[in-house]
Amino acid sequence: MITVLYFARLRESLGTDREQLAPPPGVATVGQLADWLRDRGGNWTTELAADKPVRVAVNQEMASPDTLLPDGAEVAFFPPVTGG
Amino acid sequence: MEVRVQEADFDFGAEIAAFRAGKPKIGAVASFLGLVRDVNDEAAVREMTLEHYPGMTEKALEEIVAEAKGRWDIFDALVIHRVGPLRPCDQIVLVAVSSAHRGEAFAACEFIMDYLKTRAPFWKKEETPAGGRWVDARETDDKAALRWREK
Repeated sequence: MITVLYFARLRESLGTDREQLAPPPGVATVGQLADWLRDRGGNWTTELAADKPVRVAVNQEMASPDTLLPDGAEVAFFPPVTGG
Repeated sequence: MEVRVQEADFDFGAEIAAFRAGKPKIGAVASFLGLVRDVNDEAAVREMTLEHYPGMTEKALEEIVAEAKGRWDIFDALVIHRVGPLRPCDQIVLVAVSSAHRGEAFAACEFIMDYLKTRAPFWKKEETPAGGRWVDARETDDKAALRWREK
């Protein structure tokens, strides 16, 4: 099981801030998780599209598409940051 | 090093006074205070809400401060960043850096702000006459952070 979090614009347009997921075999990396979520269709397809500037963190460290997802991982999807 | 993420406002003068109190080796404190403006991208802003990623935000800020300490000869750094609803003229962020001389403090303070803008997980949503809108990341912020790579 992994915990997936969504922030800011993604949280609003996907209509959820957190979910527990059991990714199927073959979903072992951040990129594969994004592909799998995109298959849900609708806003999932458009918000997580490859040309959208979505950032991902795994266990609160910035990740890239080939970052592995450890069991129990906390994965967060969010737009580029705008603090300060 | 002290990093705080909070909804409450802070007292700039009291924070700087406490930051340097009883430390006679400090010869310079450089600070940056970020404020809410009433206009952005040609639209009036009457309120904004700052969202963050609890846990990762503090960790990211601590990493940025640790990196600044590794790069410049500074004594200490303080970062306070507010979250939640904010209005024009409100304080958003304070960064203060202490060192023996001004050069190191100025550089480290600017570095911490540039990295905070591009690496710390905060997001601004503005309320304008046309409705709420999420602020887009600026290319100029990426460029500001990138220039530190060359040094």
